[in-house]
Amino acid sequence: MQYLLTGLTVGAIYALVALGFSIIFNASHVINFAQGEFVMIGGMATVSLVAAGLPYLLAVPLAVAAAALVGLALEKFAVEPARGASVVTLIIITIGASIFLRGLAMLIWDKNLHALRPFTGDAPIAVAGATILPQSLWVLGVTLAIVLVLSWFFGRTLLGKAMLATSHNRLAAQLVGINVRMVLFVSFGLSAALGAIAGILIAPITTTSYDVGVMLGLKGFAAAILGGLGSGVGAVIGGLALGIAESMSAGYLSSAYKDAIAFVIILAVLFFMPSGLFGQRGGERV
Amino acid sequence: MLALAAAIAVLPLALSNNYFYDIAVLVGLNAIVCVGLNLLIGFAGQISLGHAGFFGLGAYGSAILASRYGWPPLAAMFTTTLAVAALAYVVGRPILRLKGHYLAMATLGLGVIIYMVITTEDKLTGGPDGISVVPFRIGGFVLQDERVWYWVVGALLLLAVWLALNLIESPMGRALRALHSSEVGAEVVGINAADHKVMVFVISAVFASLAGSLAAHYSGFVTPGKVTFLHSIELVTMVVFGGMASTFGAVAGAAVLTTLPQLLTVFKDYEMMVFGAVMMGTMIFMPRGVVPSLERLFQRRRQSASAASEREDA
Repeated sequence: MQYLLTGLTVGAIYALVALGFSIIFNASHVINFAQGEFVMIGGMATVSLVAAGLPYLLAVPLAVAAAALVGLALEKFAVEPARGASVVTLIIITIGASIFLRGLAMLIWDKNLHALRPFTGDAPIAVAGATILPQSLWVLGVTLAIVLVLSWFFGRTLLGKAMLATSHNRLAAQLVGINVRMVLFVSFGLSAALGAIAGILIAPITTTSYDVGVMLGLKGFAAAILGGLGSGVGAVIGGLALGIAESMSAGYLSSAYKDAIAFVIILAVLFFMPSGLFGQRGGERV
Repeated sequence: MLALAAAIAVLPLALSNNYFYDIAVLVGLNAIVCVGLNLLIGFAGQISLGHAGFFGLGAYGSAILASRYGWPPLAAMFTTTLAVAALAYVVGRPILRLKGHYLAMATLGLGVIIYMVITTEDKLTGGPDGISVVPFRIGGFVLQDERVWYWVVGALLLLAVWLALNLIESPMGRALRALHSSEVGAEVVGINAADHKVMVFVISAVFASLAGSLAAHYSGFVTPGKVTFLHSIELVTMVVFGGMASTFGAVAGAAVLTTLPQLLTVFKDYEMMVFGAVMMGTMIFMPRGVVPSLERLFQRRRQSASAASEREDA
């Protein structure tokens, strides 16, 4: 039971990161390897702002906004100029961006681990024979809220529907008058914000540092693929599933290989179910 | 090809001390990996974000067999290469059914898993601290000095380039290029896509493994540091930077990106930032890679020059 709860918590974070991947992939067919760095920026920025004396209520939105700005800058300066490039080139660009951001973070902050105080205290709560931290409840709660907000956004608002339309068929969306460049722009900002929120939520539990983005980014990517690249529902389910699987195998099998489990799962999924759980079964046009 | 041989022969004149020889040897080893990787990425059109894994397997395999169990280094290297080739074959078949981002993720996962196994099985591999490796020895001849290594690696690099060039011009090479431009089309003409893809995957893994074994003996030490995701990315960047369908581009890319961090130590704190910025910048402005972009530049100059001279004559 304990593993289940830990897994859910971690899984919620993976889900948020995976959502970020899916949103950007939907808008542009680019895998943003810098997604993990947004998570890192969220956490680290909040640490600095809190250390500077700002209350959480101010620090959190500011940190998220900062990450969103970085995301927008990334789109504007790195992705847009390379519009028609090949898959490999785009992958390298975003990886270069993630290295760049990590180097920048190393300069602005330092290489140490930083802890954030939990939002509402750190006394574990007993639930069904296991304990859960209050921060975990925050993680789950906020993730749930975000998922609800996003489904409203994509289902009901014009901008959201425009983004969905672009993901289905870019050309058709342009023909109907959707500003596709704006959609791309917004999707990067949105993904960055999601990543940052994930980073802020998890920082009190696992501390944060300048290179926390690497693993989280990779696992979020794994979760996105597990759920089916491009599917929002898939991203969430994939994230939760990955978190639970990781936690369970760490508990029951071997904790040394905890990190490897995610990748083994990914390989298994890719071998047997390449479009993931909820992805579209793609056909290839010859 | 001759130019490369000449360059390798002449370079020592410019290298004044052991430090430079060291870098040259590292460049050579990386170049061997890149030439193989270039066959996979540039010609067959696949992608691998996990090749540092094969490099690491080669390095650790040689290290463990030669140092822990006392095998003669040549036998250790040979056995390791065979094992890596077998692994690449077994894993390659299912992995290469994937394409694009999924293939990237799968190879990435493979590389990371290899890294984690190496780091965790510390009784065998020394874990994060690594293990020391005996110098390379054939019969009674010990390969130790940087300068001697330079010639050995230089010769091996030439061999690798020659093999790659021959492969590209062979029927198999043409099959690969057909695969790259259209997999379905190639299959229609009777090329077994899966077989060819796995073959080139195995070949590139073998190149990487050999380079890894040599690197282990050269440095006298192996650590997991060379087996990371970051190193895989560096290798891919070297290939793409130099020019994806160009063997010499791969060598050039290896040369530039191996020496770059050495130059960047001047910027010590900014090193990561600058490296990332360089990666981004070159990909954005020269997406085909340096060598093809330069080639096109020269071609255009030549064309405009000949057009100008034609106008003069007329």
